[in-house]
Amino acid sequence: MPQGSLCNREPIKTEEALKTLLADKGGVVYYKEMEELDVDSDLLWSMLKKTCKSRTRTWLEICARCGMCAESCHFYRVNERDPEQVPAFKIQSTLGEMIRRKGRVDNAFMRRAMDYAWGRCTCCNRCGTYCPHGIDTGVMFSYLRGILFAMGFVPWELKIGSGMHRVYKAQMDVTSEDWVDTCEWMEEETCEEWPDLKIPMDVKGADVLYTLNAREPKHYPEDVAQAAILFHLAGESWTMASEGWEQTSLAMFAGDWEACRLQVQNVYDAIERLRPKLVIGTECGHAHRATVVEGPYWVGRPDGKPPAPYIHYVQWLAKMLREGRIKIDPAKKIKEPVTLQDSCNYVRNHGLARCTREIMSYIAEDFREMTPNRENNYCCGGGGGLNGIGRYRKERNKALMTKRDQIIATGAQLVIAPCHNCWDAIRDLEEEYQLGIRWSFLKPLIISMAVIPDHLKAAAEDFVNEA
Amino acid sequence: MRDLYMFLTGPGLIVALLVFFGGLAARALLYVQGLDWKLDRVAYIPHFKQGLKGAAQSIYRWLIPFGTHGWRKSPFFTVGFFAFHFGVIVLPLLVAGHAVIAENLLGFWLPHLPPAAADFFTLCAIGGAGLILARRIALPEVRHLSTWRDYAVLGLATLPLLSGFLAARHFPGYDYWLLLHMVSAEALLILAPFTKLSHIALFFMSRAQLGMDYSIKRGGDYRGTSFPW
Repeated sequence: MPQGSLCNREPIKTEEALKTLLADKGGVVYYKEMEELDVDSDLLWSMLKKTCKSRTRTWLEICARCGMCAESCHFYRVNERDPEQVPAFKIQSTLGEMIRRKGRVDNAFMRRAMDYAWGRCTCCNRCGTYCPHGIDTGVMFSYLRGILFAMGFVPWELKIGSGMHRVYKAQMDVTSEDWVDTCEWMEEETCEEWPDLKIPMDVKGADVLYTLNAREPKHYPEDVAQAAILFHLAGESWTMASEGWEQTSLAMFAGDWEACRLQVQNVYDAIERLRPKLVIGTECGHAHRATVVEGPYWVGRPDGKPPAPYIHYVQWLAKMLREGRIKIDPAKKIKEPVTLQDSCNYVRNHGLARCTREIMSYIAEDFREMTPNRENNYCCGGGGGLNGIGRYRKERNKALMTKRDQIIATGAQLVIAPCHNCWDAIRDLEEEYQLGIRWSFLKPLIISMAVIPDHLKAAAEDFVNEA
Repeated sequence: MRDLYMFLTGPGLIVALLVFFGGLAARALLYVQGLDWKLDRVAYIPHFKQGLKGAAQSIYRWLIPFGTHGWRKSPFFTVGFFAFHFGVIVLPLLVAGHAVIAENLLGFWLPHLPPAAADFFTLCAIGGAGLILARRIALPEVRHLSTWRDYAVLGLATLPLLSGFLAARHFPGYDYWLLLHMVSAEALLILAPFTKLSHIALFFMSRAQLGMDYSIKRGGDYRGTSFPW
């Protein structure tokens, strides 16, 4: 079969196509069609020639096959040290082989490459820091994902995910109308406790523009309210955007670079339109990677920077605590042992380890580091989109074991995970392995520990009295 | 035999050196030419100075034995690796026999190591190669990865050490050891730009690129220090 009706080289561009693909529950028909999907070798080879340049080719060529990347890979460690889980083997037998064969590969090869690119690598980039030659296999797997996506070999959920970005400008079916409604509803709800609290929308020239993850309005609207409460507490002049509010990119996990560009352009357009002094993103790792770290390149910004200074939530929070704009009640600090998950996307790949440690120093009395940590930390096990792919659920659940053991070794039962992907992975880890742990974002913890300034207390009392 | 010796220490050597240095320089230049800020997603030029710092750190840290997480994690390999690489870099430049050839070609003497030191480093390097080979065969994850090319490259790089040592110590069959030494060493020089031995130059390029990537794009602004390799 040249191209399937669901599984094909065309990205999802319309709501109708998206709904049709969604209706194929679990991608049963989709994956069936994939088994017959044609590989256009000429197209594949011309793509490789155009985009696989000296950095990647050199990586593939000079790999000394020393296996120093083996131990660095969380998949290798939990899969009985299977030699086929060594990063160098995984990339050489997929992308390396594809290039050596000048694109003359068959359907089975492509499906195996897909299983490796999404089911055996979370693009955490840890192996790259263990290679004497500086070969970043995570970067290559991300590149391979793009090639596979263009050829139609992409996990069902991620084809949907990138389609969501193309159709709704968000990773989920949250329209701008839904989004604005959710914010209004959250403002009303939160006002009961925080009378003067506002969730400002489309305010030009505010100090701060806040962007977030579509899951928040869709599934955890209280997270939007919590962000508003903390801005309110800190006395921040802030706003959100009715368009360009969604910071995440399932398209990045899918390797749909055009959708990546479209998505991040929405956010940058909002920045240009509202001209904030600073943009702050929510507690999400890949959203930060997509919009702050990689995004400038997708839209072709030569300086590699977003249109305005753009920071992660933990950077803002560390600053607020440092400057005393949010104060922690010493009596309410976390007394029990608590540990912290370092997100690969903003710690190894954006250097923010110090910020989260600084936050911990203000809020925890018994903070326990995982080992290893910071830049050297292991992936939660669900990164790179793996959390969301049904086809690789078994692989994902196994991949959680490294994090499980790291958490157990700290002796802590509370894990702070300022990243949506890590948060999900740790939640699933508890479900799968039942350690009796709890996990949390920073926002709800900070709110529960913060000192409420007198003027806000007075407003709350007035509000109660009037009612 | 004499003619062959004269050829291998004269024009043959010059050609081999030209191919080696010219070829590796070309590989390095082509590497830089093939970098693409949009595809690599690294703004090399606008943040060049910051990038260079990261590049230097990324190379420097990996040149120190046990200087990185990676080296510390594989102590056995690290010892073999540095013993071998120290030998293959230092010996060709500082062995007394080579100084004689250099004098013939250049007309002046170069400093050289006392023979005992040269022997010591040669044996260390051969021992290092032995460790690397043993590890490649013994560890399933490395064995599974290895292709004939990996064994061939190690063999090709070790042959000049072994034959050079035997010739310098005047082992029986001296003439043949010497010949094997010159042929294998010149073959190595000529093949270097076209095989995995190109890492002699490309190691620095690749390490520099990743160093720039981490310092320009992946957190250099926030980390406060260079990437903790």
